[in-house]
Amino acid sequence: MFNKDRWKEILEVLTTNWFRTVLTAFGVFWGILILIILLSAGKGFQNGIMVDFGDIATNTMFMWTQTTTKEYQGLPKGRRYNFKVEDVAAIKDQVPNLRFVSPRNQLGGFGGNNNVVRGIRAGAFNVYGDYPEYIKQDPMTITSGRFLNYNDINEKRKIAIIGEGVKRELYEEGEEVLGSYIKIQGVSFMVLGTYKKNSNNGDGEEGQKEVFVPFTAFSQAFNRGNDVGWMAITAQDGNSITSLKEKVMDVVKANRRIHPEDDRAVGHFDLYEEFGRIQSLFGAITFIGYFVGILVLLSGIIGVSNIMLIVVKERTKEIGIRRALGEGPWSIKGQILMESVFLTIISGMAGISFGALFIYGVNALLDSVGPVDMFLNPSVSLSVVVSALVILMISGLLAGFIPANSAIKVKPIDALRTE
Amino acid sequence: MIEIKNLHKSYKMGSNSLHVLKGINFSVKEGELVAIMGSSGSGKSTLLNILGMLDELDEGSYDLDGVEIKNLNETKAANYRNKFLGFVFQSFNLINYKNAMENVALPLYYQKVARKERQEKALKYLEQVGLKEWADHLPSELSGGQKQRVAIARAMAAEPKVLLADEPTGALDSKTSYEVMDLIQKINDQGNTILIVTHEPDIADMCKRIVHLKDGVIIEDKKVEQVRAAQYVQ
Repeated sequence: MFNKDRWKEILEVLTTNWFRTVLTAFGVFWGILILIILLSAGKGFQNGIMVDFGDIATNTMFMWTQTTTKEYQGLPKGRRYNFKVEDVAAIKDQVPNLRFVSPRNQLGGFGGNNNVVRGIRAGAFNVYGDYPEYIKQDPMTITSGRFLNYNDINEKRKIAIIGEGVKRELYEEGEEVLGSYIKIQGVSFMVLGTYKKNSNNGDGEEGQKEVFVPFTAFSQAFNRGNDVGWMAITAQDGNSITSLKEKVMDVVKANRRIHPEDDRAVGHFDLYEEFGRIQSLFGAITFIGYFVGILVLLSGIIGVSNIMLIVVKERTKEIGIRRALGEGPWSIKGQILMESVFLTIISGMAGISFGALFIYGVNALLDSVGPVDMFLNPSVSLSVVVSALVILMISGLLAGFIPANSAIKVKPIDALRTE
Repeated sequence: MIEIKNLHKSYKMGSNSLHVLKGINFSVKEGELVAIMGSSGSGKSTLLNILGMLDELDEGSYDLDGVEIKNLNETKAANYRNKFLGFVFQSFNLINYKNAMENVALPLYYQKVARKERQEKALKYLEQVGLKEWADHLPSELSGGQKQRVAIARAMAAEPKVLLADEPTGALDSKTSYEVMDLIQKINDQGNTILIVTHEPDIADMCKRIVHLKDGVIIEDKKVEQVRAAQYVQ
């Protein structure tokens, strides 16, 4: 198969009509290029969306209170209620396979008034009362000091962990942060740590401007009593929060005396479901990429098959001579197949290389103009390239199959007679 | 060497059937130089094609060197053609993108002879037909006589048992024809069995035996006194 004469012959055949060979190769080149570009664009889109999720544990739901919509046990509908600290313990107790149940309280918010003051500087920031587990649900990097711990919770210490964004607004460059005090709505908290969140889209700025204080200290300082504003609940690996959330809400409904069928009383956002939806969206995009790419490639393959048929037709007499001299039919078949596979793979490789160049160019462009919303680092993985090569190999064989068969279908005697 | 008994062959032309060979009995011994003569349509080419395993017989039997040639699949037929037979055609049938040496080496390639050995053998046979200096010329750079000599070298390269020539001089002028016949006679002198299809009486006279075909039957089969072609060649 890999002898010099055969390769010489293949090159001989393919180079006798350069223009035709190049045109034919272009079909395959184009098909594989489109395939690569579609897949990399899908990947870029996926990367762009995924970065919005940041490092948040995706097997997580957020749950908050709304007003009841059904009368229950003598209580009217339209009633406002609050989660209580006992609910957290009840959920942990009654629902298995939960990893974290973090009650949270919040001050401030988007566009709020200045609520944090240090000396003559002030700013409007989100202030959260949190448990130490929260850092595992919404991962952040502690850049100095430490995050909350259970001693802080138990002793209701008035300490705060502030974001790099908060630090920029409240402190001078190079000023010592740890051990200093900030006033949150008039109550002093000692800063014991700074953090940074890993996210590089638009929301990232907001994410750096948060203040975390111990949940218990928050409740006491800001008169929340036993109330819990909302909860972040993460399931253990291997269990989806989507399958557990009904049980969680049932526990809350029983504790808060809400009608068991009052689905609108408890608001929630299921990150896992959302994530899964987006995952399947990207699955669909990848599928479309392959589907369209392969269809375009197919027309290229048909082109190759067509040309191979013509080549075989042109060489009918030569094939007749060779058979008269004693070349076996399988050898002739093999030769045609090799020509077709060779042509397909060479043009496919060119397509892949050009596609890589294109992706490189787009990445360079993206780098120079800065991040674009919902699009980041388009790329194709090695596995895509390998599968593209496999597709090429198979399609080359398919393209050569019919011509190869037609080459040996003609009887040698008839082949010799053709002019 | 060749043994043919009661050979029949007909072609279907639409609803009609054309009976081309009607019971041929014919044998050739080793070392013979036989001319098969006949006007066009006499069935001489069909006979040669059947002898060359390019076509199948309908009825009768064909033995080549003690091997019965019957119901061959393509792979086997190709193998037999390669081992037993050498072909020379009227239109030379050289492969035009291969040079003289590569053309001659082709049958050896199908025998899977190593490249080096193939080239040595090809050069040896080109030397025999006097074209060693033309080894790396393409067929388009050769004259008709030279092309036919390359084709003969190619046919001989695989050391076949029988050389089959279909109008080998049909496309050549008489001077070149005699040169080619001289070559064929010399090859025959070395003990090779050769069959030539021709309709030129002077070419036939240069063989040792003439078989006359007419309307699908042998009407005459005679030994002749061979005319040496060498006397016409300076």
